[in-house]
Amino acid sequence: MTEETGAKAAIKTRTMEIAAAVFILICGAIVIYDSARLGAKWGEDGPEAGYFPFYIGAILCIAGVVNMVTAFVAARRDDSNFVELRALKLVFSVLIPTAVYTALISPLGLYLASTIFIAFFMRWLGKYEWWLVALVSIGNSVVFFVIFEVWFKIPLPKGPLEAALGLN
Amino acid sequence: MNTKLVKCVRVAIGVVALAVAGMAQAWEPTKTVEFIVPAGTGGGADQMARIVQSIVAKHNLMKQSMVVVNKGGGAGAEGFLDLKGAKGDPHKIIITLSNLFTTPLATGVPFNWRDLTPVQMMALDQFVLWVNAETPYKTSKDFINAAKARSGDQLKRFKMAGTGSKQEDQIITVAIEQQTGIKFTYIPFKGGGDVAVQLVGKHADSTVNNPIEAVAQWRAGKLRPLCVFDPKRIPYKAKVTDTMAWSDIPTCKEQGLDVDYLMLRGIFMASGVSPDQVQYYIDLLKKVRETPEWKDFMEKGAFNQTALAGKEYADWVAKEEARHVMLMKAAGFIASGK
Amino acid sequence: MEEIQSLMQGFAIALSPKNVLLMFAGVILGVIIGVLPGLGGANGVAILLPLTFSMAQSPGGTTSAIILLSCIYWGALFGGAITSILFNIPGEPWSVATTFDGYPLAQKGRAGEALTAAFTSSFIGALVAVIMITFLSPVIARFALEFGPPEFFAVYLLTFCAFVGMSKEPPFKTIAAMMLGFALAAVGTDPVTGTLRLTFGQTHLLSGFDFLVAVIGLFGIGEILLTLEEGLEFRGTKAKMNMRVVLDTWKELPRYWLTSIRSSAVGCFMGIVPGGATPASFMSYGVARRFSKDGDRFGTGMVEGVVAPETAAHAAGTSALLPMLTLGVPGSPTAAVLLGGLLIWGLQPGPLLFVEQKDFVWGLIASMYLGNIAGLIVVLTCVPLFAAILRIPFAVVAPVIMVICAIGAYTVHNSIFDVWMMIVFGVIGYVFKKLNYPLAPLVLAIVLGDRAEASFRQAMLVSQGEMSIFFSTPLVGGLTGLALFLLLWPVVSAGLARMKRA
Repeated sequence: MTEETGAKAAIKTRTMEIAAAVFILICGAIVIYDSARLGAKWGEDGPEAGYFPFYIGAILCIAGVVNMVTAFVAARRDDSNFVELRALKLVFSVLIPTAVYTALISPLGLYLASTIFIAFFMRWLGKYEWWLVALVSIGNSVVFFVIFEVWFKIPLPKGPLEAALGLN
Repeated sequence: MNTKLVKCVRVAIGVVALAVAGMAQAWEPTKTVEFIVPAGTGGGADQMARIVQSIVAKHNLMKQSMVVVNKGGGAGAEGFLDLKGAKGDPHKIIITLSNLFTTPLATGVPFNWRDLTPVQMMALDQFVLWVNAETPYKTSKDFINAAKARSGDQLKRFKMAGTGSKQEDQIITVAIEQQTGIKFTYIPFKGGGDVAVQLVGKHADSTVNNPIEAVAQWRAGKLRPLCVFDPKRIPYKAKVTDTMAWSDIPTCKEQGLDVDYLMLRGIFMASGVSPDQVQYYIDLLKKVRETPEWKDFMEKGAFNQTALAGKEYADWVAKEEARHVMLMKAAGFIASGK
Repeated sequence: MEEIQSLMQGFAIALSPKNVLLMFAGVILGVIIGVLPGLGGANGVAILLPLTFSMAQSPGGTTSAIILLSCIYWGALFGGAITSILFNIPGEPWSVATTFDGYPLAQKGRAGEALTAAFTSSFIGALVAVIMITFLSPVIARFALEFGPPEFFAVYLLTFCAFVGMSKEPPFKTIAAMMLGFALAAVGTDPVTGTLRLTFGQTHLLSGFDFLVAVIGLFGIGEILLTLEEGLEFRGTKAKMNMRVVLDTWKELPRYWLTSIRSSAVGCFMGIVPGGATPASFMSYGVARRFSKDGDRFGTGMVEGVVAPETAAHAAGTSALLPMLTLGVPGSPTAAVLLGGLLIWGLQPGPLLFVEQKDFVWGLIASMYLGNIAGLIVVLTCVPLFAAILRIPFAVVAPVIMVICAIGAYTVHNSIFDVWMMIVFGVIGYVFKKLNYPLAPLVLAIVLGDRAEASFRQAMLVSQGEMSIFFSTPLVGGLTGLALFLLLWPVVSAGLARMKRA
């Protein structure tokens, strides 16, 4: 979406309204495109594979257009902020580490990535003592390891650390 | 004191020697084995996988543990693609149903059994033609004559309920249609249990359920088996209902309906695994098949206990693939662009 | 009164010290499963199947085995509500509707009350369902057979119409959100023709968008992002932390007797059909909102809005075991695995189970009573403990919740792609909530979309394209009529009110 535009100034509600409407419009278009490929007619024994999705897509498009027009009309009056800069920064302070965390799951394994993620969070946002950070972050992963791998035998992604410890 | 030490040393040497011998002897899993089911929970493949898992755990057949993972998305494509991508990984095995052949043909998802390594055929699943016990049809001839009489009018055609679309149940339905010239309205449902209940509730006129999916309703006198789609009769002679055993169900061929179909319940591994590793699983599954629990399960589900391995198995699969291509082509189920 | 006698025998079997121990163990495991979205009830039950396999071989062991497994199931039904109320993260699909009022209650510092109401209503719902199973099972089993494709479609339509009515959000935003849900539900394999839809050759999309991934993202992650805007802490930290809150809430609960009865009825009906616990909870919430005199305050933190979905979900979850036992049709993925369990232990679910395996069946039914009592005791004593979780500082709890969510999303299909999807859904949830796009219709559409479409098209195959099939019998006609009535009710009642004024 359009959070990038908010890097310098806060985002106006109307900008976001329009962006959301465009998003819906695009979704609708994608759905219509693929449904048309599948066949969107009412065959002799009921609807074809694309029949319902086609109309879902069509309604999405209509709703998107209506919402966009509404947003444009309202934009003249509405000058409120969707999000303020300070709040946006906070949101990104969680969103970006979470994305990095997700990217790290594959190479490092879920348990190590989780430990790092929790430790980073506690230290950076909570300013906790290192011993407490270590205790919570490592403890959390150990508990989850026991619950998922040992107890319920649900394999979660593991990486070099588990291999080195002979745990996989 | 001294002798004691000597003894200790001897024992220690013995242990090391054994361990070394063990290592040289054969491959063994070094971590948890994932048993992939390319179907949802509760279906026939899932049940068989969980039975195998239970038997392995109960009889301690494997040092590492085995977990069942359901990957049924895209008519099983999810599971097969997962294994296709796990080249050389000896800690993943998969149990197949007919979607090994039908899914790539019907959806165009790119995989083939040649992307996998055949390990062991566990059994073949039977298909039986069922009708509601309250209907007057006693033989498949009665049934076919009645169905034929109603084929002309689209609204009155017999409704055949089955599991999934363009899969085994529908293939059999089309095969019957082609053999006899009758027309059915095929209605796909999600699971075999649902299909049986639809027949009991008279929302459908017939099904081709696997024995295990319909046996409970048969025993309760709600359903009637007409014939089995196997060239030979089912061998189990123990009485299932008061009057009939599995072996009393005639084959469809005896009754003049020349359609046969059996579904593979077999185990595959990823490609690029060593013969040692394949052999390990063949031995493991052999032990599984020798347990009383397995034999009991086979009888309950009236399975055809053909169990092939190695080249015989691969040849069987290749033959079956060719047959599916033919059947699916005849039924018009092949995805466009294939 | 043969039933009472059999039931007493059942109690005798279920009350052996070993079985009681198993009951509590099962419930506690179940609660853990319910709390962690990565451990579905189906997972937990499936993992323990091999364990119970050897248990089932000893005499009387099958009863012990099913007691253990079914208690996990009860525990999971109870546990799903906990994270829904505390963090807006549904631990299980059927507790999504619990978040609508449960989470606002927690934000007001009334988490203890919400939890108590949720657990107690769960118990009542289950109790009603078990009583029904005890005395009416043969009748009910026959009733379930009446349901073919058109009836199923009518049930889904009814669920939808009961839930979606006049909402405060702009109508085109509601429509957009709902259609987005339907579009997401359509991704994957088309149930009727088997072709792939909207997957664009992407392997990850083959199995479609999972409900749980969407919900964890939209509700859980979205909520954390919203909370962040207001600074780094949770609201509702002043929750009461003693057992008094349980008693105080109990004094208040009898007021909602009508809601409880209605929700139990909805739940039992949906369980038997079987339509499932998740649609049941939505339907019940919608009906309660519509007929309550405080209907327009639903969603702002009403105890009644917690009572309705929880009662129905638990009633449905419990009564779903009946079609499983008598027809061999599982009402939920968990029930499907339980069903597999029965087969593995050598029991044949079906009409004859009640005749041939009397001890087992009545032992199981007795354990339903006892297991739910055990469950209620366990979760109620933990209410202060759960409420205390909210006192843990945000910087500690938030990342742990994120990790739990990520695990939950990952385990659905064992793919990192779903974790990414969860984050995307989180951003969508955050933006939509701020722009007044309602999330509930979106989620309901994901739950019901593909099922409703499959039933509709199956019905069309039966009738060869004739819509009249939805009015062809009194049952399906009644359901369809009721659905349309509920859909039009806001218009009708508004008209009536105007006429009165005039």
